[in-house]
Amino acid sequence: MTSKTTIPVHLDINGRHHTLELEPRVTLLDALRDRLGLTGTKKGCDHGQCGACTVHVDGERVLACLTLAAQAEGRTITTIEGLAREGELHPVQAAFLEQDAFQCGYCTPGQIMSAVACIREGHAGSDEEIREYMAGNLCRCGAYPHIVAAVRQAALEVAS
Amino acid sequence: MRDFSYLRATSADAARQAATLPGAMLLAGGTTLIDLAKCGVAEPDMLVDITHLRGLDRIEIDERGAILGALARMGHVADHDDIKSRFPAISEALWQAASAQIRNMATIGGNLMQRTRCPYFRDPSNFAACNKRVSGSGCSAIGGVTRGHAVLGTSEACIAMYPGDLATALVALDATVHLGDRRILVDDFFLLPGTTPDKEHAIEPGEMITAIEIPSSAAARRSTYLKIRDRQSYEFAAASAAVGLELESDGRTIRDLRVALGGVATKPWRAHAVEAALKGKVLEPNAVRTASLLAVEGAVDHGANRYKIELAPRVVARAILKMGETA
Repeated sequence: MTSKTTIPVHLDINGRHHTLELEPRVTLLDALRDRLGLTGTKKGCDHGQCGACTVHVDGERVLACLTLAAQAEGRTITTIEGLAREGELHPVQAAFLEQDAFQCGYCTPGQIMSAVACIREGHAGSDEEIREYMAGNLCRCGAYPHIVAAVRQAALEVAS
Repeated sequence: MRDFSYLRATSADAARQAATLPGAMLLAGGTTLIDLAKCGVAEPDMLVDITHLRGLDRIEIDERGAILGALARMGHVADHDDIKSRFPAISEALWQAASAQIRNMATIGGNLMQRTRCPYFRDPSNFAACNKRVSGSGCSAIGGVTRGHAVLGTSEACIAMYPGDLATALVALDATVHLGDRRILVDDFFLLPGTTPDKEHAIEPGEMITAIEIPSSAAARRSTYLKIRDRQSYEFAAASAAVGLELESDGRTIRDLRVALGGVATKPWRAHAVEAALKGKVLEPNAVRTASLLAVEGAVDHGANRYKIELAPRVVARAILKMGETA
């Protein structure tokens, strides 16, 4: 059975409300990128292995590639585009810049969304803990030492 | 991923009934199901989304034990203070599983329904033969690349490894699955492949996991989950052990011991022989190492996975000895 039926999906993204007509199989990732033009959230593996598509749903980091858009209805979604406030970078974004925590930059939005949640969860207490709790975000350029430094710096700033 | 229809369940009963429709499947965190749908392994006609149901995500703990609602998420259970203090093996198995993002999505009930990571199972376009996917089609893994395959509980039809961490700890602690009013030990919930590797769980159409119950015990309070893997994090186990230990008042004689293995078998693997060999004995390194060899009694390798037969007893012994040191 290949149903071409679409369903209405209401999404609350970065404080703005959107109504889309989607096939049920459309993931939150594809809805963000292809339907709403929010291309900051990246598609890497599309199988939940790389973390490039990390967004926040109800304040918690999740993978947009394994979330159906329909499942996210009624939840509050934050993407990398929704992190800065009134043109001012989020402390984690600023720390990534200061620490040069990227090379090609493709994994960076996912890294930053993951790092914001990691700090909020209280899992950024040491370099070892940061490495463990950031393990779901792969960086094929190998910028890991600078990413850990950025998370460490941002965690200290948020705490102070 | 081919299209399907979507139904957001408004009650657990409605969800169970809808899931009996032809081609219908329950959808919780989606971390297995959506992935396998993209691989062409799962081909649902309808997904019944249960993630909006209320009341199924409880984490309740009292002196008798813990009740984990089917929709409690892995990350929340892992970080729960009473789980950490009374059932450390459960918390440790959970936080060492998957990634933080996946643990925020994946539910406790869905975790039990997680499928094997056998690369042949996951790749129908290149490997038509898989008895887990299509009964009687054959096994592409036997004679293939087997480094991650099981050495215990295998059959001529299937050598796929059960990849989960949580269920290994649950089996060690005698946990029970609640399927509505029906109760079944987690150990009995997982089935050996035998001649029917496509049937993995003792769950029937119309049934839904509603909770997991873990009884309190001294061994549960003094428990651990040791996971050895190719990478330090975000990787499945090469071999793992869930161990619970209770000593007599002399502080050295083993009163109760629980041992289960992960990463080496076709289902979460309780090692009763190790437990029996050590109960009543003094906890002593050589005795523990000798008894731990019983964990892989009957193991059969398929070449590249032979290392697991040597590794698993060492993981078991190290976990038992570590618990012995935490007086």
